[in-house]
Amino acid sequence: MTLNLFRRTKQLEQQIDSFFDKLSESSVVYRLAVRLYLREGLTDEFQERLERINTLESEADVLRRSIEQQLYTETLIPDSRGDVLGLIETVDQLLSQFEGSLWALSIEKPDIPDEFRNGYRKLTNMVVRAADELALSGRAFFRSPHDVPAHNHKVMLYEKEADAISTKLKMAIFASDLELSHKIHLREFVEQIDSVADLAEDVTDRLAIYAIKRLV
Amino acid sequence: MDPLILIFLSSGLFLGWALGANDAANVFGTAVGTKMVKFRTAAIICSIFIILGALVSGGGTTHTLGKLGAISALPGAFMTALSAALAVYSMTKSGLPVSTSQAIVGAIIGWNLFSGSPTDASTLTKILSTWIICPVLSAFIAIILFKMHKFTSKRIPIHMIMADAYTRFALIIAGALGAYSLGANNIANVIGVFIPGEPLPALQVGAFIFSSTQQLFLLGGVAIAVGVWTYSKRVMMTVGNNLGRLSANSALISVISHSIVLFMFASRGLEAWLAGHGLPTIPLVPVSSSQAVVGAVVGISILQGTAGIRWSVLGRIVIGWIVTPIAACFICFIGLFFLQNVFRLTVQ
Repeated sequence: MTLNLFRRTKQLEQQIDSFFDKLSESSVVYRLAVRLYLREGLTDEFQERLERINTLESEADVLRRSIEQQLYTETLIPDSRGDVLGLIETVDQLLSQFEGSLWALSIEKPDIPDEFRNGYRKLTNMVVRAADELALSGRAFFRSPHDVPAHNHKVMLYEKEADAISTKLKMAIFASDLELSHKIHLREFVEQIDSVADLAEDVTDRLAIYAIKRLV
Repeated sequence: MDPLILIFLSSGLFLGWALGANDAANVFGTAVGTKMVKFRTAAIICSIFIILGALVSGGGTTHTLGKLGAISALPGAFMTALSAALAVYSMTKSGLPVSTSQAIVGAIIGWNLFSGSPTDASTLTKILSTWIICPVLSAFIAIILFKMHKFTSKRIPIHMIMADAYTRFALIIAGALGAYSLGANNIANVIGVFIPGEPLPALQVGAFIFSSTQQLFLLGGVAIAVGVWTYSKRVMMTVGNNLGRLSANSALISVISHSIVLFMFASRGLEAWLAGHGLPTIPLVPVSSSQAVVGAVVGISILQGTAGIRWSVLGRIVIGWIVTPIAACFICFIGLFFLQNVFRLTVQ
């Protein structure tokens, strides 16, 4: 019975680690895909990246369901179960945001003028950094909750920086001579990308409370 | 064997049942209350180890209780055990973790008062002092263990899920140790008053011969186990949730502290070791496992900030501790009067 308990526990631990691996991998693929779009437009390689993100999101969904089911059916971590489920679900929303953002690029094929591409690139880099740091914070929550505040602080800094970049980019877009419809279309994509950092910050707000609860 | 003996023993078995119903909560209450261990698992482990503790290490505390009042007549022992059982049962009914040790001490004093036997003041003082020392010591041990846990958990990062499994495993081990200590320390409360009368004839099973005392220990252990199975869940919930919200780790620490304290007051080996090294010995006294666990829970709560303690529940528990020995003493005195004057039985 004891060996079985530890074996199942190890499996669940691996699933949680694997779930955060999906987040880290998604952020890398997302960054590559957006940069590819900015450089070459809608290519086969971009479609491959999009498919990869889809697969990662589906795999994360499967892991999320499995983790949730095990936590409830085996009545594990009764004190933190709700917190872990909340964390997993909000991180899953972030993964969906990555996927949704690439789908929007693929479907709407926005025409991004050269002068704005660097802004989009910078913004993408910043939101991906926020997501990467969130993945570290999420992992720390399970192993060393004392380290969560340090990671969260970085996520908030990246989010703030992403906000600054997106504001500057939107101002530049609306100051240009483009058609209003084109401007609105471009703004839509700035907000799409920026929302990744916003979501990451929302998750860290939750994580901060969860970590305090674990430390008390 | 005289069938009347079994009737007289029934009150001891009733007290054993009440002890199981009430005190198993002290061993596994925090674990079951925090949903870390299933009640069924707790009940199985508790039953096995209580019986083992009673059989292997039950002798030490029984001796001390015998010194408080040597009840040689079986009807007297019957009423003493019955009074204690009734006092414990009524408290258990109201969901309070009452002390069986206090109940039996109160009942023995009731017998002493009725029979005109002198109460050994030094033994009584020794027992009464443990009623204060036990919860204080338990709180102190819990605080030390809690600080050690905090210190190590900061330095050794273990995945939350794995830590949960370790805690569950540790709760079961600590619960088993606690149940063993409970059996060893508290079996005296259940059958101690019957031992001087040697009511059961020696029983031969194969090559083994079981004395009256050994049979009484086994019967008492089984009665406690029945109490665990049939009635302990409610008190477990009181200990686990009502006094103060406990985390799984706090639950573990409170059980370990409780077990250490009970073991300290029951171990002849520890007593011999301390004496051998010229250190002051710890009296072998049946202490209250309820007091030990409540002391530990309060100790942890103090460390975490007293806001977490539900003072009204704690107050009710403490009042229960004061009322129990007085009630048991009173019931015993009245009961002995009836046995002697209405049923014409020899009680002393």
